Amino acid sequence: VSILLNEDFTFIVQGITGREAVNLTRECLDYGSKVVGGVTPGRKGREVHGVPVFDTVAQAVAEHGSPIDGSVVTVPPAFTKDAVVEAIENGIGLIVVVTERIPRRDVAEMVELAGERGARIIGPNCLGVIVPGVCKMGGIGGPAKDAAKAYKPGQVGVMSRSGGMTTEISSTLTAAGLGVSTACSIGGDAIIGSTYAELMPLFEQDEQTEAIVIYTEPGGRMEAELVDWRRESGSKLPIVAFMAGKFMDDEEMQGMSFGHAGTIVEGAEDSATQKIARLEEAGIPVVERIDEIPAAVKQKLGAAA
Amino acid sequence: MRFYEYESRKIVELAGIPVTQYGFAKTAAEARDAAERIGGPVVIKSQVLVGGRMKAGGVKFADTAEQAERDAAEILELEISGHRPVGVLVDPKAEVEQEYYAAVLWDGRAKRPMMLFSDMGGIDIEEVAEKHPAHVGRGHLSNLHPIPDFRAKEVVSDVGMTGSELNRATPILARLARLQRDHDMTLAEINPLARLSDGSFVALDAHMEMEDEAVGRHKKVLGEIGVELEEPRELYEPSAFERNVKAIDEADHRGVIQGKDHGFEGNIGLVIGAGGGSLTLTDAVRSQGGKPANYAEIGGNPSVAKSKGLAMEVLKKEGVEKIAVMMSIVSNTRVDIVARGVIAACLELGKDPAETIAVFRIPGAWEEEGAKILGKYGIDFNDRSVSMWDAAGTAVQKVQGAS
Repeated sequence: VSILLNEDFTFIVQGITGREAVNLTRECLDYGSKVVGGVTPGRKGREVHGVPVFDTVAQAVAEHGSPIDGSVVTVPPAFTKDAVVEAIENGIGLIVVVTERIPRRDVAEMVELAGERGARIIGPNCLGVIVPGVCKMGGIGGPAKDAAKAYKPGQVGVMSRSGGMTTEISSTLTAAGLGVSTACSIGGDAIIGSTYAELMPLFEQDEQTEAIVIYTEPGGRMEAELVDWRRESGSKLPIVAFMAGKFMDDEEMQGMSFGHAGTIVEGAEDSATQKIARLEEAGIPVVERIDEIPAAVKQKLGAAA
Repeated sequence: MRFYEYESRKIVELAGIPVTQYGFAKTAAEARDAAERIGGPVVIKSQVLVGGRMKAGGVKFADTAEQAERDAAEILELEISGHRPVGVLVDPKAEVEQEYYAAVLWDGRAKRPMMLFSDMGGIDIEEVAEKHPAHVGRGHLSNLHPIPDFRAKEVVSDVGMTGSELNRATPILARLARLQRDHDMTLAEINPLARLSDGSFVALDAHMEMEDEAVGRHKKVLGEIGVELEEPRELYEPSAFERNVKAIDEADHRGVIQGKDHGFEGNIGLVIGAGGGSLTLTDAVRSQGGKPANYAEIGGNPSVAKSKGLAMEVLKKEGVEKIAVMMSIVSNTRVDIVARGVIAACLELGKDPAETIAVFRIPGAWEEEGAKILGKYGIDFNDRSVSMWDAAGTAVQKVQGAS
């Protein structure tokens, strides 16, 4: 098995008639995912690669005749919050928010509402989730044949703040014969729906997952949260981390922003050096190179066996 | 988006928080007028976006309007960390009984706004939190429900305040919290918030930062306080390279390119992507002894012209002879399009692509086509079997190896 998605998982695409969404829909269908509908207000009655388009999420659910599991939201930033709330209020349990540049207040609102309704948000500013060979939800890994090349089923769970690096890391794991159980592009913003620590309990319960790899960057307190979760839960699931953006610690780079919105360093605790120290202290090795990840995972698995 | 102090004070004032009868002056004569209107001792404060103005001599105290004029003239000429002031703020010198600290900011871990309040204002709040934790009150707010006054009262009460002080400070913190939410501020801070000899509270300084992503929906209030949206508010002056790359990016909506060279002084031209890949590759170059000439990000499938534009700007930088073209595995950006772009940049500048492109490592979408185009010009194509680290190492060796 795996986490978040399975063979029977159904989802819709909100904003399905957008250029990027049309590609994403094609990719997911080619991969074998069950895309059961799309929503673009005013476009009811059309089809995108054979997927029916509706004006509202409620119509999509009614047409499907039973609850829909998930939604990929790819609408402009000003409309994203409403689209996510619409999905939540129509009983959708897993919402992948692809849209970038959403104001933090909107993200915080939809995340809090999701918490109250028992729904889960992945993202924003992410590429989605993939369970190799089973289901791909979002643009993660790209076209089906490219995704198949980089992601082979296996025993390692991947969580990454960078969408592209999710694929780079998974490809490295695949090439080393380890493979991936579930890979999740969690998003690069300062506030996201699901952090490392919030996804860890799912991986912990998953029989297929034997180790975790995280990709992280300066900014935010997500690593501290992960370390705290690990201590409080007593979890022994091995974790290997990679930290990008160490050059941002240099004095001449202070006050500059690089990469994701969440990469902005707002305090000393947010720096790469601090984070690496914190992770290593908690028994989570931080490798210097992506190509060192498989060996570090194997070493952890060997130690656990 | 950062605000000058005089703008932040206006924002605070519009939210119903008491401020002094300050004046903003762009010239020494205007400063004199403001001081005359205030009538009494004043403080003249440089209006710059960077901190450290007190130390730099950007704050002066004047007893008369004439003195205020002379001080303002000096401060207006004084650069602080390379920034010229846009004006001075002329503030009545207040009879302060006590200074407090009030702020509302995002707690990313809780995913909620957090109120902070201290009865030890005027100094660095992080230091107070460390040395006198009992003097810092904290409280989270819901994102979904209205902000009630009592939450602010609890935070003020946490530091041991009561009586009329509690009752006067509470609505100020509550209004600051509403301001933070209503205006999408990443930071809304009043430091110091002062209690004057008559018992009233007044904001003596304010610091506001609005989230860039939300600026578009606050045009009305920004207009009211006279903010020019086109005016750059970077903490440093963008370089020619940074301005040129930005112009190329904005001229074409397909894909995104970014370039920065502030703080970079090396000779390895980086044409790299995407977000996480760029951070990883910049580290990999530096960890292997390389000195990047710049930082860059390519993403979202830019056109040939855009890729070419970025590569040309990098190659035009002083001391840059070669470029390293590298990305993490791409699924949206097309390898062949980036290849065409960087080759065209070399040719247009009269350089041999095979000599100029030290390494090309972009695996992923349309890589077969990319490899073919590169092959025609004698450039090796590195696929995913070449790690990001090794590609960066090759670039370092080819550019700096001989020296």
